[in-house]
Amino acid sequence: MGMWQRFTMIFKSKANKALDRAEDPRETLDYSYEKQLELLQKVRRGVADVATSRKRLELQIGQLDQQSAKLESQAKAALSQGREDLAREALTRRSALTVQLQDLHAQLAGLQDQEEKLTQASQRLQAKVESFRTKKETIKATYSAAEAQTKINEAFSGISEELGDVGLAIQRAEDKTQAMQARAGAIDELLASGALDDATGTTKDSITAELERMSSNSEVEDTLAAMKAEIGGGTASPAVEAAGAPAVEAPAPKPAQES
Amino acid sequence: MIVRIMGEGQYRVDDVVIERLNELDDALEEALADEAAFPAALSALLSAVRMEGEQLADDELVTSDVVLPSGDATVDEVRALLTDEGLIPD
Repeated sequence: MGMWQRFTMIFKSKANKALDRAEDPRETLDYSYEKQLELLQKVRRGVADVATSRKRLELQIGQLDQQSAKLESQAKAALSQGREDLAREALTRRSALTVQLQDLHAQLAGLQDQEEKLTQASQRLQAKVESFRTKKETIKATYSAAEAQTKINEAFSGISEELGDVGLAIQRAEDKTQAMQARAGAIDELLASGALDDATGTTKDSITAELERMSSNSEVEDTLAAMKAEIGGGTASPAVEAAGAPAVEAPAPKPAQES
Repeated sequence: MIVRIMGEGQYRVDDVVIERLNELDDALEEALADEAAFPAALSALLSAVRMEGEQLADDELVTSDVVLPSGDATVDEVRALLTDEGLIPD
């Protein structure tokens, strides 16, 4: 027996178990319809859950992107001030983020896929449940309990397959969302603990602090140089060199000796 | 013949292509023992169904003759579904 025959048999036996039967088959119709509506609600909640997870993930990706861009500009700033060590540190942190981001983007694609499939499943199920409702009313109006059985079986087998399929899809989606939430929680914790640096900019990481210290140093030097140029004339160039010198603690030119 | 691809919906497939689908199914059966070959084998079978078949309208309530796993199912998931009922010994 081929794989699909086996798969089909197993699937159908599972799907059939999903629908309990009442004594009067026509009552079973109503009961089953209630169950279908319940599942439809569940699928809609599932779609909403996946969407929530996706949005959270997008938010985190945005934060990490910002952080990554910030580290890159910090590396540039550090390098332009001759601090290769600092630039290297920033780029190292950035490359760790890049790995994380790649992973999150893959997760996001998976969630988007899941969301789309679940949305479609929900639409299909809704259409089929509606069909079932119409059939159910026709059967109840037209046939006696004894006569109804064949018609009911037909309606049942069509819907039970869809229910089984959607039931499995929603279960997979739930598993996936739970796994995602655990991961998202872990990343939030990392972000909060500062291990990935704070992307909101409320606290300063060490690279920012160092760069600010450096830029305020060179700002002082620039202003000094400008002042000296105004007063003495021609002394601006050594001061500019000092501002761009590799060492942050580069000694300022000594105005007293030069003037 | 009506074929359901799980998570995707149902297709009406002309009987004349069944032989070809059966061959693809045999390949998939063999691929169950070979994780590397499984995704391609599954994808080949599902693509053939999508290509040859006509998708049923959402509101059609029809029983499928054949049910196939969804395209993103892993070999482990399919094995689990198959072994769940004890039809395939490990």
